[in-house]
Amino acid sequence: MRPRLDRPGLLFAIVGLAGLALPLVQFKPNRIVPGEGLTLPAALPWGWPLLLTLAAVLVAGCLRWPSVLRLGAAAAGLLTVLLALGAAATHLTPPDDTLARVAPAAGFWLMALAFALMLADALARMNPALWLRWLILAGAVASMGVLLASGALDGVSVMREYAARQDIFLREARAHLTLAFGSLTLALLVGLPLGVALYQARRLRGPVLSVLNILQTIPSLALFGVMIPIFGWIAANVPGAAQAGVAGIGLFPALVALFLYSLLPVVSNTLTGLTGVNPATREAAIGLGLTQPQLLVQVLIPLALPVLLAAVRIVLVQNIGLAVIAGLIGGGGFGTFVFQGLNQTAMDLVLLGALPTIALALIAGIALDLLVRSSRRTA
Amino acid sequence: MIDIQNLTRIYDGRAAVDDVSLTVEAGQIAALVGTSGSGKTTLLRMINRLVEPSSGRVLIDGQDTRQVAPHLLRRRIGYAIQGHGLFPHRTVGQNIATVPRLLGWDQAAIRDRVDELLTLFQMEPDQFRDRMPHELSGGQQQRVGVARALAAKPDLLLMDEPFGALDPVIRAKAQADLRDIQRRLGTTLILVTHDMEEAVTLGDRIAVMDKGRLAQYAPPTEILTAPATPFVRDLIGLDQRPFHLLSLTPAHVLAREGQAEGPALPRDATLRDALAECLWSGRDALPVEGGGVITLAALRAQAAPQARAAE
Amino acid sequence: MIGRVLLALAAAVLVAFLASPDSFAAVFEPFTRNNAPPIYRQTPLWSLTLSHLTLVALAVVASTVVALVLAVLVTRPAGREFLPLARTITSVGQTFPPVAVLALAVPIMGFGAGPTLVALFLYGLLPVFENTLAGLTTQPPNVTEAARGMGLTPRQRLWQVELPLALPVILGGMRLTAVISLGTATIGSTVAARTLGEVIIAGLLSANTAFVLQGGLVVGIIAVLIHEGFQALERRARARIGQA
Repeated sequence: MRPRLDRPGLLFAIVGLAGLALPLVQFKPNRIVPGEGLTLPAALPWGWPLLLTLAAVLVAGCLRWPSVLRLGAAAAGLLTVLLALGAAATHLTPPDDTLARVAPAAGFWLMALAFALMLADALARMNPALWLRWLILAGAVASMGVLLASGALDGVSVMREYAARQDIFLREARAHLTLAFGSLTLALLVGLPLGVALYQARRLRGPVLSVLNILQTIPSLALFGVMIPIFGWIAANVPGAAQAGVAGIGLFPALVALFLYSLLPVVSNTLTGLTGVNPATREAAIGLGLTQPQLLVQVLIPLALPVLLAAVRIVLVQNIGLAVIAGLIGGGGFGTFVFQGLNQTAMDLVLLGALPTIALALIAGIALDLLVRSSRRTA
Repeated sequence: MIDIQNLTRIYDGRAAVDDVSLTVEAGQIAALVGTSGSGKTTLLRMINRLVEPSSGRVLIDGQDTRQVAPHLLRRRIGYAIQGHGLFPHRTVGQNIATVPRLLGWDQAAIRDRVDELLTLFQMEPDQFRDRMPHELSGGQQQRVGVARALAAKPDLLLMDEPFGALDPVIRAKAQADLRDIQRRLGTTLILVTHDMEEAVTLGDRIAVMDKGRLAQYAPPTEILTAPATPFVRDLIGLDQRPFHLLSLTPAHVLAREGQAEGPALPRDATLRDALAECLWSGRDALPVEGGGVITLAALRAQAAPQARAAE
Repeated sequence: MIGRVLLALAAAVLVAFLASPDSFAAVFEPFTRNNAPPIYRQTPLWSLTLSHLTLVALAVVASTVVALVLAVLVTRPAGREFLPLARTITSVGQTFPPVAVLALAVPIMGFGAGPTLVALFLYGLLPVFENTLAGLTTQPPNVTEAARGMGLTPRQRLWQVELPLALPVILGGMRLTAVISLGTATIGSTVAARTLGEVIIAGLLSANTAFVLQGGLVVGIIAVLIHEGFQALERRARARIGQA
């Protein structure tokens, strides 16, 4: 059989080859000044053979192969690109130089993109079973963990920024997670009962949903900003409020803003889930003699579960992203690094904030997608 | 004249339509019947090349359909389907004008044609032309669907379960109207249905499809009285046979000299109507409008072809 | 009805405030401390609003055009191979926080309106693409069948049937894109794009609540107006094709 051209593969090859032609890393004498771009052969002693191998894999990807093979090649390619970045950083940084920085450049990003796309394409075509998807996700997270812990990437600029502020990083990570999960918990505590109440009180649905819709529409910076004076005023003027933790600065206003954003998805999905239950099932349950609370707990909520989980996904992914804004109003989280970095024009610091945020959002999004799927099979 | 020659369509190694040949004379109605999955819709869709045949060919008035670009072929052939498939974003008038516009008719001609068709289908043009499809009743939507299929005056009209979504009362009326319009325009009509009654009422000939093969292709009377295979007999339904047969003949054909009491039967009523009226009113004979009577005995003889053949 | 009156009122207040901010000084006075100015004067508010809206409009138009073309391409027979990949990219891409995309654009583009525009454009592609894809792949089957059966060419089907039927869903995607862009553009002021975020940030930096409030209110009202405007368009497009 004549080998057939695979057009997505062709796209990945173009992106990847462009990446190989562009600088892999930026070498900077210190963290602020612009640096000099170095391609793969210039950045590593064994750069040429590596470049040719990667190019060969990319070109071979233009032909039809079994998806498993493509998946393997893509994963190996991604790992190789990451290791090459780490090796280049170690190789280029003079032994005792603490100022010099080796940052990933366009070439690295494009190659990583090409192999990530190849990976995503192979996965989409394989359409693996649910348990396998969980396994692949766990495997990916674990290998990233091992890679970071191994020290192979320690020379890279982002990791050096991390090494310089490990304690702060852990603190901000905790703050970020508190913001994202705390606001989610609050939204579920308030939103679920509110959704159930709206399910019973048909006439209130329109007005309540409109208000939540408007809240959701207000740009985040505006909402975060407005929270500060409001809670500052409450903390100062309402007796007992400050003792209860209400404050105009820090985590509190950010948490409330994220909570407000989360209400619409939770409430409207609760409503959709409940109203989406087959009327015949409802009638049958009432006919069997279930009371209203029994009906809700034993029938409606279990059947609405996939839609409720979908709301959790929306909220969690959205809030992990929006929590970055908290960094702008002193609420902590990874946003602190992003905005500090932007202020100092220190891009490595920006990456230190942006990359974990993206990783967190990706993992949360994929994991919850899988949860929604498995709940659909039982509901 | 439509000449279908050895038409076959293979899906995943299995023949959905298997070596089917049949001829439909100009101006006639051919009804394709069969259970779901029998290949009747695939056969229909091969005629306007919505499905490309795996082998075999279709000749329309002697011309091989493969010699015409599919979209140009389809503009020459009317096509109406179940659930009408009207464009929801276009008015009734624009919907009907679809093919004439594709063919580049001038505005005035299109306008006249739309009004003509609306009138033909008993819809006041000024009232319906600018309505949106979703503002019409199911029966009206179906009529617009057929009007749209006839807009460019095709010689051939293909219909796939056109009345499938209608309730029984509207359905009977729609069938009668279609028959009437088809006769008036002289259009050749090939119609897919799963309803034997519809096939018997409308078809000049009936093609029974079974697992991709043509089981029988014959006039309704022959299908009813001499089913070629057990499948054809099952499809007709033993309990329905005599009634289908009676419904084929208009009452006046069987009218004879004589005297009968009571209200007269309309001239174009079928023998089936006559039998129903006899049973319901407890009469042994009915007068027919325009003279003559129909007796219960004559109806019984008509409905018992086997006995008649044995005499 | 009440909603419409409130929207009109909000729009009127917005226009009045942008035309003559100083007449509203008394309203914002109570929120200042130590005789700080109640109204932001570094740059005229109307000019910030204008450049903010220009940025958003450019991004929305560009994302819409590109996303439409891409969605049409992957739903044609020639581009079907890319469909599974396209679906994965949109679902994964939308988990990327817009702020992170903005921050990552800076190393490549430098500071100013450039990275903001690129981030808005890239992020804005996804909702329009996703919705257009949904609209083009969930057409009523008997309408598609009828269009084919009547002899419309693939191109005629696209322009005369598929795109018009997908219009409400496409508008929904544009609404999401516009609202997200509006919010992200606000944050764009941290990378030196001239947007209304400047007012809020100035307020946060100088602890001037009046600035934070007026910036927030202007952006908030604009967002709600744009959101409602698109929804009205969607409703009209839906009603036209007989959808509830």
